[in-house]
This record gives sequence, structure tokens and C-alpha cells, in this order.
Amino acid sequence: MSRRNDVRDAMLAAVPSLRAFAVSLCGNVDRADDLVQETLLRAWANLGSFQPGTSMSAWLFTILRNLFRSEYRKRRREVEDVDGSYAESLTSLPDQNSRLEINEFREALRLLPPEQRESLILVGASGFSYEEAAQICGCAVGTIKSRVNRARTRLAEILSIDSVSDFGPDYETRAVVNSS
Amino acid sequence: MNKSGSSQQKTKVDVRVSETVKLGPDNKAKIGQQLRLMYSQVVDQGVPNRFDEMLKRLDDPTGEGSKE
Repeated sequence: MSRRNDVRDAMLAAVPSLRAFAVSLCGNVDRADDLVQETLLRAWANLGSFQPGTSMSAWLFTILRNLFRSEYRKRRREVEDVDGSYAESLTSLPDQNSRLEINEFREALRLLPPEQRESLILVGASGFSYEEAAQICGCAVGTIKSRVNRARTRLAEILSIDSVSDFGPDYETRAVVNSS
Repeated sequence: MNKSGSSQQKTKVDVRVSETVKLGPDNKAKIGQQLRLMYSQVVDQGVPNRFDEMLKRLDDPTGEGSKE
């Protein structure tokens, strides 16, 4: 049973990052936690397909991403239908300016196409290599690279609109501004 | 200012997506910094109890979720 204990520890160790990824995908902490839970259960039930010596973390991210995408297909718009409430629940930052800034950043991130967003997060925040990110997303390394570049460019574009912070949490307004 | 985005200078050249905005090293570093900050807000919460308990229960071969 010691191998199982090792696996359990590895899973536990991956939870904080898995949650952060899940929140960034679905924009809602409760749903993110459900997603992580489902991921862990799924992983546990399929331990046989995990290859020892490979990254447990990358394996779990792959499962989570797949679960999210199948759920996403089912729910479509509902998944993106988030107001600022989830962000509020996360604002542990003491300083008002950083809070505004980070919320603005979250909003901007949400305007990206899902593929670009997940690629950027995997590489830029989760700390995966391009190769690992490609594995997790089931695409070519070059695809990840170009998505990450596009995502960065797009974010810079969105965030360079100074007045964005004055709009308040109105998603549609921002989407309109953004598409012009 | 954070020192965390130190690799941005040498990667200046690899931004080939020439759309309307030029992505300078400053922007890139800024985005990276915000990304990590956003991510760490969740990561810093650690492991909520529900996961710890759930995995412990899974670990117990007699547990199998039948008993609380």
C-alpha cells in the first residue's frame, strides 16, 4: 500500500495548483473545487493508466482539463456567466490598487479564447514547460507557443485601454470595447 | 516592483505575433507578474480539508465511501 500512499501524497501536493488552474478555467471557486474533486476521484480510479516516472501533476492537469472541456461543452455559456463574486472571494490582497489591478487582469484574461487562456496559464503560472503544456492540451508544442504569444499580445492590447478600470464589472461593455 | 520576471529581456525577439500592439519586455514581464499573482491567490490557500479527507478515505481500503 505504500505506493498508494506516495500517489496520495503526490495528489495532495498537486491540489493547490490544480485548484488555481481550475479557478482560472471556470471562474468560480465552488465549481473549481468540484472539478478538482472529480479529477482526483477519476485519477484514483484510473491509477493503472498513470505511468510511474512521469509527472503526476501533468497527468492530473490533463484529467482536469478534459473534465472541464466535456463539462464546458454541456454548459456552454453558463460557464462563462460569472460576475465579480468569485474574484471578491479571492481578493486577499491588502492593497486596494493591487486588488483593482488583479481583478482587471482576471477580466481581461476571461476575454481570451479558452485555448489561449489555458495555454498561457499552464506556461506562465502553473510552471509547465511548453512540452508539458502541449501534452496536457493534446496539441503540438508549436501550437502552445503560438497560443501563448497570442494570449500575451491580446492581454497587452486589452490592458492598455486605460479606462477599462472605470467600467466596473460590466462584462458586456468590456466585450464590446474589446471587439472593436 | 518585483524581480520575478527576469527572463523577459533575452526573449524579446521571440514575439512574432505582429498585431496592433507591440509586446515589449515590460508588458511581457507585467503580464507574467499578474498571472503569477492571480494564480498564487488560490495556491496560497493550500489544501482545503475536503480534499485531504477525501483522499484519506480513498486510501482506506475498507472505506470506499460507504462510511463517513
